[in-house]
Amino acid sequence: MNTCPENIVLMMHDYLDEEISQEHEKELKTHLQSCEACKTHFHELKKTVALVQSTSHIQAPDNFTQNVMAKLPKEKKKAGMNRWFNRHPLLAAAAVFFILMSGSLMTNWNGGDELSFTQSDQVVVEGNTVVVPEGETVQGDLIVRNGDLRIEGTVEGNVTVVNGQQFMAGAGGVTGEIEEVDQAFEWLWYSIKSAAKELGSFTSNDDE
Amino acid sequence: MESIVKKRIQQVRKGDQDAFGEIVELFKDRVYHVCFRMLGNRHEAEDIAQEAFIRAYTNIHTFDIDRKFSTWLFRIATNLCIDRIRKKKPDYYLDAEVSGTDGLTMYSQVETDDPLPEEEVESMELQESIQKEISRLPDKYRSVIVLKYIEELSLKEISEILELPIGTVKTRIHRGREALRKQLRSI
Repeated sequence: MNTCPENIVLMMHDYLDEEISQEHEKELKTHLQSCEACKTHFHELKKTVALVQSTSHIQAPDNFTQNVMAKLPKEKKKAGMNRWFNRHPLLAAAAVFFILMSGSLMTNWNGGDELSFTQSDQVVVEGNTVVVPEGETVQGDLIVRNGDLRIEGTVEGNVTVVNGQQFMAGAGGVTGEIEEVDQAFEWLWYSIKSAAKELGSFTSNDDE
Repeated sequence: MESIVKKRIQQVRKGDQDAFGEIVELFKDRVYHVCFRMLGNRHEAEDIAQEAFIRAYTNIHTFDIDRKFSTWLFRIATNLCIDRIRKKKPDYYLDAEVSGTDGLTMYSQVETDDPLPEEEVESMELQESIQKEISRLPDKYRSVIVLKYIEELSLKEISEILELPIGTVKTRIHRGREALRKQLRSI
């Protein structure tokens, strides 16, 4: 092999890198046919490449991805929220609406179990019952919560009883509507209705 | 494939970890395989491959989105492997004699589950000896040989991964091939 020109080995590598010129390839082939030592060398190189390439492809162990994910630094909460919103836009909107609505309404609803009512000089409280005495007239709407209402006089407006009952004496009178609200859901509905009414009255005020 | 990867990277940059999970799924086998051939040990390969993905995640903002992601990822992985090889204490090999025993090697201490067919044993032994010879290569030759023949990457890509001129990569491949040729001659 010592007698062989050094560039023969270089040509072998160029050949293996697929970067040999046609001219050199011809020269290499001619040389290999005549030189046993170089032929062995070239054969060994090709065998080496084949052996290295024959190593089987191995796969990452099971749970590799989970293990990596478990080791990552925690992501910002914002990203998790954003992802959720992106995936369920409608649900997200509904959820936000529901949280806000129920939040404000339920605080009203759960405002307490205590009796409360629209302050008025004309009404009298008897235990758990609000009484509009005979001969008295309440100007405006009357709302009673967590208690009963007995009307012996007159109410010039609407009457609403939440979580309670209303009794009307024969002589009593209400000029507006009478409404009893018992359930949380009805309270919700009532709130929405009155909010809408208010909105309506604002717009009609604008018209005037 | 590249466009999916780019999209996922942008999601990761916005802080979406699940998108990174998909990237790991796409590249885990290739990264693990390169690490295994570099280190010659499954346990270490898993360790380093995981580390490579974690580094990629924490440094995702430094990645140039107009370049090939796999090149960048392989650079992280090969650098980690080379660091590990250099830090490693001389390892004991399975076929080294166990001290205090007469002619017993670690092979005889590793339990085999089932008797394997002859051919399979032969091919396994061949695979093991090839891997052992790759592991004996100096790390600068080992990385180019693994990237070229295991990952089948182009010289240009290898030069980008290792941040070396193409000429250097070529020389190292030649020398690595020559070294392996001498080691594998007897097989």
